[in-house]
Amino acid sequence: QVEQVKLLDRFSTSNKSLTGTLYLTATHLLFIDSSQRETWILHHHIAAVEKLPLTTSGCPLVIQCKNFRIVHFVVPRERDCHDIYNSLLQLSRTAKYEDLYAFSYNPKQNESEQVKGWQLIDLAEEYKRMGVPNAYWQLSDANRDYKICETYPRELYVPRTASKPIIVGSSKFRSKGRFPVLSYYHKSKEAAICRCSQPLSGFSARCLEDEHMLQAISKANPSNRYMYVMDTRPKLNAMANRAAGKGYENEDNYSNIRFQFVGIENIHVMRSSLQKLLEVSGTRGLSVNDFLSGLENSGWLRHIKAVLDAAVFLAKAIAVESASVLVHCSDGWDRTSQVCSLGALLLDSYYRTIKGFMVLIEKDWISFGHKFSDRCCQLDGDPKEISPVFTQFLESVWNLTEQFPQAFEYNEAFLLQIHEHVHSCQFGNFLGNCQKEREELKLKEKTYSLWPFLLAELKKYRNPLYNPDFSPELTLLEPNTVSFNFKFWRNMYHQFDRSMHPRQSVFNLIMNTSEQNKQLEEDIKELEAKIKQRNGQSDVVLVKEQEQTAHPAPVAQKTPPCFQKEQLPMPVNDAVRTIEGSNTADNRYSELVSEFSKAEPAVVSLEYGVARMTC
Amino acid sequence: MEFAELIKTPRADNVVLHRPFHPAVEGTLCLTGHHLIFSSRRQDNAEELWLLHSNIDSIEKRFVGSLGTIIIKCKDLRIIQLDIPGMEECLNIASSIEALSTLDSVTLMYPFFYRPMFEVLEDGWSSFLLEQEFELLSSVTNEWRLSCVNKEFSVCPSYPPVVIVPKCVDDEALRKVALFRHGGRFPVLSYYHKKNGMVMMRSSQPLTGTNGRRCKEDEKLINATLRSGRRGFVIDTRPLNVAQQARAKGGGFEQEVHYPQWRRIHKYIERFNILQESFIKLVEACNDQSHNMDRWLSKLEASNWLTHIKELLTAACLAAQCIDREGASVLVHGSEGTDSTLQVTSLAQIILDPRCRTIRGFEALVVREWLQAGHPFQQRCAQSAYSNSKQKWEAPVFLLFLECVWQIHRQFPCSFEFNEQFLIMLFEHAYASQFGTFLGNNENERAKLKLPQKTMSLWSWVNRPEELSRFQNPLYEANSLVIWPSVAPQSLQLWEGVFLRWNRPSKFLEEAEEERINIIKYNKELQAKVNALRRQLAELETDEQ
Repeated sequence: QVEQVKLLDRFSTSNKSLTGTLYLTATHLLFIDSSQRETWILHHHIAAVEKLPLTTSGCPLVIQCKNFRIVHFVVPRERDCHDIYNSLLQLSRTAKYEDLYAFSYNPKQNESEQVKGWQLIDLAEEYKRMGVPNAYWQLSDANRDYKICETYPRELYVPRTASKPIIVGSSKFRSKGRFPVLSYYHKSKEAAICRCSQPLSGFSARCLEDEHMLQAISKANPSNRYMYVMDTRPKLNAMANRAAGKGYENEDNYSNIRFQFVGIENIHVMRSSLQKLLEVSGTRGLSVNDFLSGLENSGWLRHIKAVLDAAVFLAKAIAVESASVLVHCSDGWDRTSQVCSLGALLLDSYYRTIKGFMVLIEKDWISFGHKFSDRCCQLDGDPKEISPVFTQFLESVWNLTEQFPQAFEYNEAFLLQIHEHVHSCQFGNFLGNCQKEREELKLKEKTYSLWPFLLAELKKYRNPLYNPDFSPELTLLEPNTVSFNFKFWRNMYHQFDRSMHPRQSVFNLIMNTSEQNKQLEEDIKELEAKIKQRNGQSDVVLVKEQEQTAHPAPVAQKTPPCFQKEQLPMPVNDAVRTIEGSNTADNRYSELVSEFSKAEPAVVSLEYGVARMTC
Repeated sequence: MEFAELIKTPRADNVVLHRPFHPAVEGTLCLTGHHLIFSSRRQDNAEELWLLHSNIDSIEKRFVGSLGTIIIKCKDLRIIQLDIPGMEECLNIASSIEALSTLDSVTLMYPFFYRPMFEVLEDGWSSFLLEQEFELLSSVTNEWRLSCVNKEFSVCPSYPPVVIVPKCVDDEALRKVALFRHGGRFPVLSYYHKKNGMVMMRSSQPLTGTNGRRCKEDEKLINATLRSGRRGFVIDTRPLNVAQQARAKGGGFEQEVHYPQWRRIHKYIERFNILQESFIKLVEACNDQSHNMDRWLSKLEASNWLTHIKELLTAACLAAQCIDREGASVLVHGSEGTDSTLQVTSLAQIILDPRCRTIRGFEALVVREWLQAGHPFQQRCAQSAYSNSKQKWEAPVFLLFLECVWQIHRQFPCSFEFNEQFLIMLFEHAYASQFGTFLGNNENERAKLKLPQKTMSLWSWVNRPEELSRFQNPLYEANSLVIWPSVAPQSLQLWEGVFLRWNRPSKFLEEAEEERINIIKYNKELQAKVNALRRQLAELETDEQ
């Protein structure tokens, strides 16, 4: 516990700050300011801690979080600062899974609730919904004991004509043994999305079993003879891989395939792209042109567009040409997951519902071995393995929700909350890199599943504009991917910088109104019943009418916010419509101010630029 | 002149109309004196397009064999294409459109011919008189008076006949001050901040010249707005070096020695001709669907449009801050005081004054701070982003203002009585309209053209309940506070409603907007019903007792 710590406003140049006390708990960093407002930061969310050079007011400490929150503390005594710094470094770096928050997190559920929670999403059920097994596709037990591929789930669906030797042979010809399996089956077009890793083709190697495997996939589609093979990498990268004995499919060796590169960059490019984006968006006093050129140089939106373009290509191949598609990248767990899941989202409206989206993430990301632990740096490991691949997926979905405001049952807050928990290590779902690892960790016994907790707060994540009839089952969503449709996702990257957001949120207002409408509908029923009753029989005991509270006031919590985020990006409830006491604040014209005050020190604190509201 | 002389081919059949995101339609094209009319021949669901010639910014023609194609680019940024069979017909039509869309004489414009089909409930020409404004002001302060010194437009040709000035300055002094200010635009009241009695004035630059001329009456006039012992701020919308250079041409700025109670701040806002270039570049970038992400972002950046938005908002915030936070009076001017000055004073009022965020209040603001204040609409809006002519006086000054209002609207979506459509409607009518409101460059010209007698006012139409309902914001709840927008680049957005309006399918967005409105409407219905039922129940209860 350290007192008299200052929390600086990230974008203010007027050194506005809050003074309060900093506490370190086993799991969280807690700051309580003088007006008793609390800021909780989970240790697992901390991406980097930095001590800046000593200033006259104390020792500055900057904490960067994986949810893009950046806090800037000033600790009065350097020794305290040093202690906090060291503790945070230790606490934020976990060496083994068992020390992660999920293993100590106790949401007061009993055992059966815990078990039920894990059973909420059932992938076998999901494949049944898609329509497999059927005459062409069957469940294979080849990987039942993770013998063929350690990073795949136990249960895999393959074409009926693909015998075990073909599967084994094909898996030997594929990087990490990730042979072609079914990811999504389109009932009405009878076409499939399949996924795998790159073939070990080098410059000339071929594998008959693998060729048979692809043929089996294309034969499993009675409506179209040819199939697409999408290599999601840029062509150059794929060619370079040949030198290492890997590579891509040679169209001459595989009959009836149409091969296509789609040019999504690798995890390292994406990591540095995000880094650049954050550098730009975190700059104080940013000019419009620096922002736009920074946005351009980071390449971030270009990458998002590439991912979505690939998904559109995939979805169209299935919906328009009824052709099956095999998707791969290098290992088949990053770009492949992005493209397969987004493609399915465009094809099948089920994935645009709340439950469906959970299923989609469980299927294409968790079960097929997207390396969440490595990519999100859950344990102290190789920084080169970190990459915002899943974040890009969420951002692509967000872009779709912007273009089709009525097509999705979930809202932006849902996407942000999932992003939060991918990094929080509070729930077991995203721990580890693959199913095998998760089983070894006994996550289902020792930790809790995120999904029931999200469902318990369904109200917060519902899109009030959602129209289930917007697109009937299995109609293709066709987004416009012209560049100007892609926008900077302010609510993600500046989620905690409230001054940048609209002071009044249409979305929250509509959401509350929509909730209130439901309440009112019930009230009407109740009132009508009462009136009927009164008209019917005369001497009934008077029922006192209850006060209507459409918006219950949020209760202040003293325990760590086990689930809710302590600060929503936008003011909620009734605060939406009011603008609280304003105070002069940020000015991005410090140069002017200083110039000004030099000339005329008597004039005090005229701040140029924009004043902010404190909420 | 007869329009018929200009129309050699009044009608062409089998014309195909192409618009982005709409299927091509075949039909008949007719030219009249003021409209291009396209009507599809389908009987079941006839589609008609009426386009004002004055809305046409530029046209291009192309030929493939005997099939001619005319591409029409409109001032509201829409682009349509007409395929016209027959070389001669096509040439005739193209030349007619060209001639009719570039008529020299104002009196030939459509507003002089337009006869409204609706009943005029309120004459918009007399809806917003300065006298009414002054009456409101008189109820809170008696330090100001109405002056008719400019009755014959003799003191300042670009000012209205009546202006509000400090009470202690007489008309004689005003005449002298007018001689000391560029174009005779002496300082007048723009806004009175009721909360603390501070004011915002506007004028043009003082004509100090190189030898530092001064004018005692000018000093007295603006000092009259200061409380004793307090200081004021002069916000000059030019950078210091430009203001200094202006002295060589007889212009200049208020020098400290002569205005010791005033602190001068130079807050640069781009001059109008630069804005025009920026506008053209932005529209070009938005119209090219083939740009990859990098090119789009760099084009957007190169247009500098959002930079201008940010600068303008910043300047307006500065003026508002001086008044509301510093409790100081403010004088705003640039060179002529007809462009950037008005942008700043009007935006500052949006920030400070809740009344300006209502429909009527905003209309009054546009009348007071733009039309009566002498923004040269006819010059600035003669051409839009597709103009080839490099005239020096065209510029999207008013559009930039509207966009800044939109940006603030985005950040405070419940604080405005009007919606985005209202702003877009004003943009359209400023460039091409059946109403006379935006014709002429100032009140003087409007009086000479006898616009109030000969044309219909936009406000007569807009303020009819049928029309108003389209422009109302269902989320509006009066908010009496000062609203400070954020000007961080992350908080600013491209105004898609104007710039991407014709470039993307908007069906889903419109449907979503409709759904939002429905939810609000339904809420009101439900609430009314609950209240009615409660009353009924209460009555039953009392009956029993």
